[in-house]
Amino acid sequence: MIAFYFIAILTLASALMVVLHRNPIYSALGLVNTLFLIAVSFVMLDAELIAMLQVIVYAGAIVILFLFVIMLLNVETEVRTARVSRLGTAGLVLALLLALELGVFALVREPSSGTPELPAGFGSTELLAETLFSDGMLSFELTSLLLLVAVVGAVVMARRKVES
Amino acid sequence: MDFLISFVLALVALLILLQLTVLLLWVERKGSALIQDRVGANRANLFGGLLPFNLGIVNTLMADPLKLFHKEDIIPKDADAFLHWLAPFIAVLPLFVTFAVVPFGDVLVLGERVINLQAADVNVGLLFVLGMVSLGVYGVVIGGWASNSRYAFLGGVRGSAQMVSYEIGMGLALVAVVLTYGSLDLQEIARAQGQLMWGVIPAWGVFYQPLALVLFFIAGIAESKRPPFDLPEAESELVAGFYTEYSGSKQSMFMMSDFIEVAIVAALVTTLFFGGWQVPYLYRDGFHLPGGFFFGVPSLVVTILQVGAFLTKLFIFCWLQILVRWTYPRMRYDQLMNLGWKRLLPIGLANVVVTAVLVLALEGFTVP
Repeated sequence: MIAFYFIAILTLASALMVVLHRNPIYSALGLVNTLFLIAVSFVMLDAELIAMLQVIVYAGAIVILFLFVIMLLNVETEVRTARVSRLGTAGLVLALLLALELGVFALVREPSSGTPELPAGFGSTELLAETLFSDGMLSFELTSLLLLVAVVGAVVMARRKVES
Repeated sequence: MDFLISFVLALVALLILLQLTVLLLWVERKGSALIQDRVGANRANLFGGLLPFNLGIVNTLMADPLKLFHKEDIIPKDADAFLHWLAPFIAVLPLFVTFAVVPFGDVLVLGERVINLQAADVNVGLLFVLGMVSLGVYGVVIGGWASNSRYAFLGGVRGSAQMVSYEIGMGLALVAVVLTYGSLDLQEIARAQGQLMWGVIPAWGVFYQPLALVLFFIAGIAESKRPPFDLPEAESELVAGFYTEYSGSKQSMFMMSDFIEVAIVAALVTTLFFGGWQVPYLYRDGFHLPGGFFFGVPSLVVTILQVGAFLTKLFIFCWLQILVRWTYPRMRYDQLMNLGWKRLLPIGLANVVVTAVLVLALEGFTVP
């Protein structure tokens, strides 16, 4: 339980760093840290496979491409204006609404008695694959199709000749 | 007692890795000298050369790391001091834990107790290693950016593109192996390789997945950023690439991360393709030679032989990587990207498809 709170506080702190830090490089690093700590939470929930996929895919590949783009575009440190932007206000309102919803849910829900028994093989690769390729077959294939479209789209955009 | 055993196993795993790293530093210096027909590191000698024989190895092992950690540490003006300090740690720390999931023996029987010779029994061990290795790239990118130098920056950008590209080829090569052995746990894969093909040939990955071995070895060397894939450093173009502005102990931490990656690639090649700790025909009670011959061996001797076999194979593949490093010239950047995306990726995909079809069609192709 202490471990959970420790990880949760660290996760929130690095998530805040993503939003609040002025330097985009630090924001991206905060994002890596957030994703890594979420993977740690997955490990604590006995879902090792998801945790490792989280590290390999998000922390190891996607954010590194974010960093790549930020570095190549040479994004400057953001200059903060005193006025709160409209987008910022909207974000704050949505965040407060989410916090309210989660709070109400946590209060209304019956407190569970003790830790529930895990089914045999919980979090294992076999069980996850079984679910993915039976119950989740349709959504799995549709997601693959979506990703394929994205890849083809990126290649088409990259090959288009620049007309000036 | 259980805690003590886990502690000792973790310590052994970490020590194998760290000792190997220091040893590789010496092997690289002496080995490169051998290849280039030089004498190599011979200056450091114990007791001022009063002994009749040269204790060069002991000295180079101690003197080199001591020297590296005592050099002056310079932080360039206008560098981002915090990230400049942080980058070497990001590069090296995730790699330290990788050996925790590598099995270095079958079991050690102590009285009633049967100890599994693997520090952490994670059922997704292979993915754990890949995940930790993929985090190491942040050290390169952040180090290159934080130095506030053009050369370092270019090295960092090259490093990020190269490592992300070759991770795909590496992953695809490993998917075929996982399909063959049906597990992501390195200890289970190592145990499955104790069986025999047609009663004679050990069921090692090299016989089932020779193509995957070649793909993995190439991608592994590229992932560890060593020649012929050392584009992020490329001393003839970029001074020293992403660690141009590093000195002293931080620079040596980057160097250490290189050697640890060599050790990790060697450990994975050993475990996935060459039976890990397996000695051919040696089982828990002794040698079962083909043709029905049997020699009984005490269980402790079996364990010692297995750990010895693992370490020997580990050394051989580390040495092979050092041999490659001093033999081949550096590739051009476009050649590097072509090899990764146009060769390794399609061949790897084809290998996965063929393996999957074979696994489905032939009952006997998978090693249960």
